[in-house]
Amino acid sequence: MSTSPPAVDLDGVEKRFGEFVAVRPTDLTVPEGSFVTLLGPSGCGKTTTLRMIAGLLDPTAGDIRIKGRSVTAVPIHKRNLGLVFQNYALFPHKSVFDNVAFGLKYRDVKRDEVTRRVRDALTLVQLPHVEDRRPIQLSGGQQQRIALARAIVIQPDVLLLDEPLSALDANLREEMRVELKRIQRELGIATVFVTHDQSEALAMSDSVVVMNQGWVEQMGPPEQVYNEPASAFVADFLGHSNILAGRVAGEDGGFVKVITDAGATILCHTRDRAGRPEGERVRLVMRAERLLLAERHDPAPGHSIMDARVRTVDYLGQSARYFLTTTGDAGDPGAGVDLQAINPIDRTPFPEGAAVQVRVRGEDCVLLDGDADG
Amino acid sequence: MAASASPAAGFDRRPWLLLSPALASVTLLLVIPTLFIVVYSFWLRTATGAEQVGFFLDNWEEVLTDRFYRDILLQTLRIAAISTVICALVGYIPAYFIAYTPTRHKALLLLLLMLPFWVSYIIRTMSWINILGVSGAVNSALLWAGLVDEPIQMLYNEATVILGLVHFLLPFMILNIYVSLDGIDRSLTDAARSLGCTGWQAFREVTLPLSVPGLAAGSLLCFVLGAGTYITPMVLGGPTNAMFANLVFEAIVTQLNWPLGSALSLLLLALLGALVMVYSRFLGIDQIAKSFR
Repeated sequence: MSTSPPAVDLDGVEKRFGEFVAVRPTDLTVPEGSFVTLLGPSGCGKTTTLRMIAGLLDPTAGDIRIKGRSVTAVPIHKRNLGLVFQNYALFPHKSVFDNVAFGLKYRDVKRDEVTRRVRDALTLVQLPHVEDRRPIQLSGGQQQRIALARAIVIQPDVLLLDEPLSALDANLREEMRVELKRIQRELGIATVFVTHDQSEALAMSDSVVVMNQGWVEQMGPPEQVYNEPASAFVADFLGHSNILAGRVAGEDGGFVKVITDAGATILCHTRDRAGRPEGERVRLVMRAERLLLAERHDPAPGHSIMDARVRTVDYLGQSARYFLTTTGDAGDPGAGVDLQAINPIDRTPFPEGAAVQVRVRGEDCVLLDGDADG
Repeated sequence: MAASASPAAGFDRRPWLLLSPALASVTLLLVIPTLFIVVYSFWLRTATGAEQVGFFLDNWEEVLTDRFYRDILLQTLRIAAISTVICALVGYIPAYFIAYTPTRHKALLLLLLMLPFWVSYIIRTMSWINILGVSGAVNSALLWAGLVDEPIQMLYNEATVILGLVHFLLPFMILNIYVSLDGIDRSLTDAARSLGCTGWQAFREVTLPLSVPGLAAGSLLCFVLGAGTYITPMVLGGPTNAMFANLVFEAIVTQLNWPLGSALSLLLLALLGALVMVYSRFLGIDQIAKSFR
């Protein structure tokens, strides 16, 4: 096989600050041309990982390769990477043109070539007419476009984006998200994107790397990470999930029957992880938006239906977030479990105190090993 | 209730009330005495030693035409300028060091920077006599080591005056440079490095130009303070190293010629004031205020 080496390849990369382990030994591959997002809460090690790739931090152990070349010992200015920061980091004392041309100056590019490439980069970020202005005369969104132009004009091997959208306000952020993705596609440049915003990660990435406390919790395409969380942390961090502890109570036609600790019976699609022994402790993950509320549900194969009462409604306009407590007929032990559900609203949401039925499909339930890491 | 703070209610007195003690002090202790000096400068000291009240231009004529005053003025500006340049060169490094030190050490280093101000300026200046004087530390060491047979005269020349001034002015310079270095976004140098700069190139391209306001503010402060000093040349200078403020001191304290001393001091005030105004016009005076925040 004659595959070209991946754009970025981390091999057992670790970072310690004294006693504190910021990034535990991590293997990570960014294929050529792909958009990989490091997602996690603050302090999870995502920015540290990015800064090690950039050369702003030295790893304590492990090897970093860019396009097959080990750069662990290569200083930052010889790595040929495009770096974009949350706070734009434009040089305030230089014009927009000089900001964008900065990297070319250190690459011995001829003057007319510099002018051409700077203009091309500014056109690509859709700001062709601001060359002579100072960064301070531009809006936040414009400054971030200039920062992007400055990073790509040097034709870097990899584009590294450190929360580039976090300083922008909500509308602009969504606009820039689309824009950033368009530019990345157009250039076909391998990109590592750091964010704590799950919607950015899901919307933009070819692959999402969820990090927590220096660990990589899960790595995969957005749909996979979202629909099949590999850990309770991932389930919780991406969207709103119900996580119930229980035990396996046998199989039933392609579905695993789980009895939760509160006593409710829920069917869960076996997927490829069949063969959980009866009695094994498990945790059951159900996304809030996969719990469908109705006054009455008709039973169907693979569906689990619970009676519940609406405790609180969080009205969000096009949808509502419900906080529910399961109820039951006399003798039904599955009562008293707190659930949350996010449903689109048809005219009016269910009011507080309403009696509803909650339905969850077996294929929307994910089983995790039980009680191991909370 | 009358909303006294709203612009519609008209003139708001409260800021002026709060300011009044400061304004009164400045008026009483600064503006009025300065006006007295202005008036004094037009009086005349007669041969008998009595002061003749009136409007005489004699002092001003003497101050503005006598080569002696002009030479000392130029010498003053030269010494102040040399001291300022040395302060800028020497002070940049510690300022950079403090600015880029991990935060928990910063407060301690800044405190150490202030430490000299706890000792009187005169004492600090005189301490050089114990170091460089004929029976000072350096000479004792040289004699003890047998490198010289008799003490070397190191004091009482222009070099020691400049040394004393640098000693006095350096903290002001460091503080000003520190403030402007501290305000520089660290990701700017990261960005410059990622675009191909070595550490030194990033310093020249980003850090140095962005610290110019601090350098300029520190230089102005050092120059003005240096040009107005009289203790340093008095303690550490020889007879030929007098600076302009020494002439004022001489006229007023020794000769008791208040009118002449007034004219001399106003001349220096006008020159330094003009310098500050030029600076303020081009660089903005508020940079200096930043270092005292």
